[in-house]
Amino acid sequence: MIRRLFLVAAAVAWFVAPGGAEAREWKKIRIGVEGAYPPFSWINPQGKLEGFDIDIAYALCAKIGAECELVLQDWDGMIPALLAKKFDAIVASMSITEERKKKVDFTDKYYQTPARFVRKKGSGIEITREGLKGKKIGVQRATIHDNYLTDNYGDTVEIVRYGTQDEANLDMIAGRLDLLLADSIALLEGLLKTEKGKDFEFVGPELRDPRWFGEGAGIAVRKEDQDLKKLLNEAIKAIRADGTYDAIARKYFDFDIYGG
Amino acid sequence: MIDLEIVVANLPLYVRGTWTTLWLTFASLALGLVVAVPLGLARTSRNPLINYPVWLYTYFFRGTPLLVQLFMIYYGAGQFAFVRESSLWPLFSQAWFCALLAFTLNTAAYTAEIVRGAILATPVGEIEAARALGMSRRLVLRRIVLPSAFRRALPAYGNEMIFMLHGSAVASTVTIVDLTAAARIVNSRYYSPYEAFLTAALFYMALTFAIVGLVKLLERRWHAHLRPLAP
Repeated sequence: MIRRLFLVAAAVAWFVAPGGAEAREWKKIRIGVEGAYPPFSWINPQGKLEGFDIDIAYALCAKIGAECELVLQDWDGMIPALLAKKFDAIVASMSITEERKKKVDFTDKYYQTPARFVRKKGSGIEITREGLKGKKIGVQRATIHDNYLTDNYGDTVEIVRYGTQDEANLDMIAGRLDLLLADSIALLEGLLKTEKGKDFEFVGPELRDPRWFGEGAGIAVRKEDQDLKKLLNEAIKAIRADGTYDAIARKYFDFDIYGG
Repeated sequence: MIDLEIVVANLPLYVRGTWTTLWLTFASLALGLVVAVPLGLARTSRNPLINYPVWLYTYFFRGTPLLVQLFMIYYGAGQFAFVRESSLWPLFSQAWFCALLAFTLNTAAYTAEIVRGAILATPVGEIEAARALGMSRRLVLRRIVLPSAFRRALPAYGNEMIFMLHGSAVASTVTIVDLTAAARIVNSRYYSPYEAFLTAALFYMALTFAIVGLVKLLERRWHAHLRPLAP
């Protein structure tokens, strides 16, 4: 009887023991990715993940010498899932912002691109407070673009929020929206360069205000995983230095995506 | 532990979301009921030309997830140029209309089967008695079959109302800011899923409680003949 109790107690103790107590060796890194954000992350017709984020994730794992396990996760559950230990890092074009830093830690940036509006050709919509009045603007929920719109135009425009950028693009093509606001590269590759996007164009300036658009896209890790953050930062430096980064970037872009 | 401040600061958003959930749910329930009664009757018909198409309809809408139906109507309709250029587009371009249409068709399918079951369960003696009194088929339907079928259908329909309330959460996937979408917005702004969704859950529970109460009230009225006599 006593022995059985002891066994149970030991099992319970093993279960509830804090996971971070032992120093972790990062033999395997589970990475959260989105899979609906071309050209950074999407699922190809064969059902495999592809894109800039995906290649970068694999390259970083290779540099660290760890096995990469990609975990597909909806965008707006990304940070909660990281905190719930569904994976160990987020490589999903996540901009480094003050708001997010309250919950997670970021590595240095691995790329930086501005945000822009897209309108239908010939619609004549201008990006001014007056010009935007009453317009329906599609954004991806829980993004820097969503926050920018909410904070600056929340009182004058109708913000239509989507779970993925793909859905927002679809509704723009269908004519349900007047404007889109998103990362300029995501819009260029995901919409404007495609057959269905030929009737649409950029409008207004490149938006870079760090208060909303942050310091570029970084890799998010849990605050307690400082060792992983250090490993990733070294790996980013290493792939930048040895040409791996440029080789990946050239696959997708014909300009400098790293920025400044 | 739980950050109440987040909840309080976003209460107006939750209240607006609740209102959207409420009207979407009850508008589709009302419209669905109107459609479902004739469909349920048709399902009891011995004429295969009347029965079979309705069977196909209820089979399709009960055999596929509500989310798939909504996506087919919302994203599917927008895909075709002829839909976008038709005079119906101003309606189909609105997310609320697509949701209302999908929900109505869905709940009508389930309700039609509830109505059919209740009609088939009518005791044969009641119909024979009515016929013996010389009532026409139509009059039997109106005075005997349908009223007693509605009584029998009430508990099952109460469930359907609750299912529809919970099913309406899928409206949040097509940009409608209902109660679930309100929770998703709060979650995504503060990265606090527990506070965000627990608040929505409490609102849903309150609404469900109200529906249960409503059905109970109706049962007391309609099933008065089944209650034991007062001593």
